[in-house]
Amino acid sequence: MKTNSDVADELYRTLQLTDNALQDPDIAHLVVNHNNVVGSHLIPGLEVEVDELDNGIQMLFRIKEGVQVKKPIHLCFGMIPENGLQQINLTVDIQSGARAAVLAHCTFPNAVDVIHTMDADITIAEGAEYTYTERHVHSSTGGVQVLPKSRVRLGKGARFKTDFELLKGRVGSINIDYETTCEAHSVLEMNARINGTHDDKINIREVGHLNGEYARGVLTSRIAVRGNSIAEVYNELTASAPYAIGHVDCKEIVQDNGIAQAIPIVRVNHPKAHVTHEAAIGSVDNKQLETLMSRGLSEDDAVDLIIQGLLS
Amino acid sequence: MGILELRNLSLTLGDKRILNDLSIDFWEGHVHAIVGPNGAGKSTLASTIMGLQGYREFEGDIFLNGESIASLNVDARARLGISLGWQEPARFEGLSVKSFLKASSKNVSDDMINEAMENVGLNPDDYLSRKVDKTLSGGERKRIELASLLIMQPKIVLLDEPDSGIDVEALNRIFDAIQLLKQRGSTVILITHSTAVLEQAEHAFLMCHGAIVDKGVVGNIIKYFENKCIPCGHKNVPIVEEISK
Repeated sequence: MKTNSDVADELYRTLQLTDNALQDPDIAHLVVNHNNVVGSHLIPGLEVEVDELDNGIQMLFRIKEGVQVKKPIHLCFGMIPENGLQQINLTVDIQSGARAAVLAHCTFPNAVDVIHTMDADITIAEGAEYTYTERHVHSSTGGVQVLPKSRVRLGKGARFKTDFELLKGRVGSINIDYETTCEAHSVLEMNARINGTHDDKINIREVGHLNGEYARGVLTSRIAVRGNSIAEVYNELTASAPYAIGHVDCKEIVQDNGIAQAIPIVRVNHPKAHVTHEAAIGSVDNKQLETLMSRGLSEDDAVDLIIQGLLS
Repeated sequence: MGILELRNLSLTLGDKRILNDLSIDFWEGHVHAIVGPNGAGKSTLASTIMGLQGYREFEGDIFLNGESIASLNVDARARLGISLGWQEPARFEGLSVKSFLKASSKNVSDDMINEAMENVGLNPDDYLSRKVDKTLSGGERKRIELASLLIMQPKIVLLDEPDSGIDVEALNRIFDAIQLLKQRGSTVILITHSTAVLEQAEHAFLMCHGAIVDKGVVGNIIKYFENKCIPCGHKNVPIVEEISK
């Protein structure tokens, strides 16, 4: 019978990480397989409380006031089995003046019919800083549904950055729903980079409310749809205070029978606020393509390299 | 017989005849220049030789080592040894300089990449991890593109306005790189209306209104350009100021 340590190692091996984060005493980590915590290491200033549910976990994640965590905290949520549901209910409390980065690995290497949901309530207090990088490894079957939903509140001068990317495997179905409210002088940055193939479905809804003066926000999406995949990106940014500044930037590359849609909503409720947007959807830029082909790359290889760059 | 031969090449885009019954032989291992005013058809000629989209429906033929390449698309021509440095190089969001350079050849080592960067006057440590995007100036991208051609070492190198966007200090590195390509056996075709670039060549072709109106050693073509011009109905009749810029 596998020990917790065996399972943790198995999950981490699927990520093909070159560093051995689980062995570094300065790196906090938590590894969850389905609804079991199979490995953990905490550091001073980090509080984690976990309740195991039938199909997942309920977790409180707290960085205490003024604590500056130097190395990224590793979270690993995964499922080794082919089928199942993993529900992560997450409360994140980054207290005032604290700073932390989280590297969240979500790995479903054998998935045939796996649903992974995350429901996060995130509070980043005054002057705090929180970076959440979510990296996924999926099976090659497309049998994964990923449903992350987050509600984020940024206090005065707080900073929040989130990146979502799929490192390996097929998307399956991804439905991202992030909404953030920003107080004065806070900074929001949300990035999503996803490569859809076959009949993958990508749905992104990112919303930012720049409610405080001098609040800043950028929503960036880089999506490629190939095969018969479909993507819809909804970016909404509202600036409601003096000198609030925002930008929405969506680029989607469409190949084969892929379908992409971008819906940028920019709204300004104050004469001294400013929000811009740019959206580009279409095939690979012909000049980029022909530049690489003039070096001898086939059209397919050139498209792959361009998309690889766009999603990097 | 040249390594690359253009025979009675004509190209019409829309209702405008851009290349007009043009025949040229390019000699193996030599540096050639195509000079002429704006609108003469120089860049169109480069695009047609490379087989870019929109420049494939031409009359006449193009031969590489005696074999017609007219039916081949860009990548097939590149694999036979033809490549192009664009007047305004493309930007690639997210693609690192190193990844871009690695795409130039299947067998490329880090040493080759570093050497090519140094040959165009760029420090590899400062540039290889940067992206080939809007954070690089046009001149920097131009030099990186030339580095990629040094790595690829094609048989035929078309360089469209190799000095555009290049500062005076870097210009000599560009010229050194052109001579290096020649030393390594490449046949170089410079598209230019700069006398400084023209002087890098051994042979020159004067192009106007889609046709070659004169050819010969560089000294003669420069002289010819500065002193007189064949009167024609083309609104871009070569003028001294334009050519000598």
